Amino acid sequence: MAETAPRFLPAGEAALTVEFGATIDPLLNARVRGLDAALAASPIAGIIETVPTYRSLMIHFDPRVLSTSALIEKVACLPSEPLTAESAKHWLIPVCYDATHAEDLAEVANALAMTQEQVVALHRGADYRVYMYGFAPGYVFLGGLPAALTISRRAKPRPPIPRGSLLIAGGQALIGHDPMPTGWYHIGRTPIATFDPEREPPCFIEVGDRISFEAIDAATFERLEQAAHVGAPIARRLA
Amino acid sequence: MPALRILRAGPGATIQDGGRFLDRRYGVTPAGPMDWIAFRTANLAIGNALDAAAIEIALGGIELRSEENALPLSFCGGAFQWERNGRPLPCAMRLTLQPGETLSARPGAWGAFAYLAVAGSIATEPVLGSRATQTRAHLGGLDGRMLHAGDVLPVAASSFAAQTEREIAAPWLSRDDAPFRVILGPQQDYFTEDALATFFSAEFRLTHEADRMAYRFDGPTIAHAHDFNIVSDGIALGAIQIAGDGKPLVLMADHQPTGGYPKLGHVARADLGRLAQMRPGETCRFAAIDVEAAREAWLQCEDRIAETQRFIRPLRRLPKNEDLLRINLSSGIIDVEDR
Repeated sequence: MAETAPRFLPAGEAALTVEFGATIDPLLNARVRGLDAALAASPIAGIIETVPTYRSLMIHFDPRVLSTSALIEKVACLPSEPLTAESAKHWLIPVCYDATHAEDLAEVANALAMTQEQVVALHRGADYRVYMYGFAPGYVFLGGLPAALTISRRAKPRPPIPRGSLLIAGGQALIGHDPMPTGWYHIGRTPIATFDPEREPPCFIEVGDRISFEAIDAATFERLEQAAHVGAPIARRLA
Repeated sequence: MPALRILRAGPGATIQDGGRFLDRRYGVTPAGPMDWIAFRTANLAIGNALDAAAIEIALGGIELRSEENALPLSFCGGAFQWERNGRPLPCAMRLTLQPGETLSARPGAWGAFAYLAVAGSIATEPVLGSRATQTRAHLGGLDGRMLHAGDVLPVAASSFAAQTEREIAAPWLSRDDAPFRVILGPQQDYFTEDALATFFSAEFRLTHEADRMAYRFDGPTIAHAHDFNIVSDGIALGAIQIAGDGKPLVLMADHQPTGGYPKLGHVARADLGRLAQMRPGETCRFAAIDVEAAREAWLQCEDRIAETQRFIRPLRRLPKNEDLLRINLSSGIIDVEDR
């Protein structure tokens, strides 16, 4: 399939959205990451930082150094290839699906006419890709949730979810960090901190990485949470 | 180390520097000052780096004292009522605060944010390279939160040389009710032609839903041409997001770095500082500007601010308490006679 050229859309006078499409699609995201990697490899003076999302790359720049039109010209000339999963890291993330750590699991099972075990098996068994970060520091948006787990967002946000919550809604999955109210459903919890402001960079999971989940019981959750608290690495890297 | 003691702080007082950049890809919001123009002016007036950490004061006001040292400092932003030991001061000036003297600010004739810069910098511990407070993520400033009474802020003083008291008579600090200029995009095609025409002709009122994250406006409904949900993309400062209710939400310093509502446009940075100074209930209009002209306006704005030192002037005579008392008395008498 021929790739259409990206659209260059100004987002104010100091940011440019490079839009590859309007949908959630692994190929679009691979092109976003491809451009992100190309810009990291051949930096353009005046670019402050880039923010990859599902289907576009936002480029923040210094208007003292670059104008929007000059930046578009430079980006349009930059060759970039879609980035495939093989170039990414693969993380195994421990998740506790016990009722105390999965406050909305029963509600989700009920809404989807499944058993809780079926919901967990589907969520745990899937192969995920990190598409972007959003909401708040360390909130990891994942592609790859099985279609059978598609559930609409809540009409009204639920009370704050605990730290490290696994959430689903609108056919998407994410790993949360700080507690916050949300319209998503809480179906598990990881002892892993996806964000640590003491680290540089503050997140070890990069956009484009692969994620798999490993079910753990509540006792293991407690033990790993203690270990994480004293700084022990508890996410295993598979590749 | 020299220190400032907070004697009283209303809601909204935080430590801010230029902002926390380079980690937006991990969901980290830059934060930074709401009115970047007043913030930088305060820093330049006292000889600081443009983006040195300073205190951002909101409508809750503040009262503070220098602990042991005489501290040169400057303040400006909006028309707050500043007082030293209970005596009124101009709303934009630099002075040396002597140990034991109290300095206070509360909202005045107009404006929502004022800045207090000490010569040097507020010296709290940087987080991810910045001292900017982002309360929602508990990052930066003092324990990632708003200031309150009893806080002691460390100061990395660049100088203890007493400053002659001077007014900052910078014209860009005056109130300006001109329409806010807006660069269209990236999702202007999610709105009907009529909706865009309405946006650029109608008057909008700032609601009470106004904080460091976003300002929500009320006015005629801005109709979407299609759906009002989009697949999330990046957000830049000043984005005008229009959600299902058809009302404009301008995303401010603590905005999320990504989001899923169509963005009609962005308020030009040259105008974003004075938009931040609006108070709930005040009205405004928006006018279109193209991206190159907006860039030009921003660069001119930065060039003007760089000239801050040229606008430092000797003080005009300050109103004395007795004067204020006399004004109050006489207006009281007129009231009685009118009846």
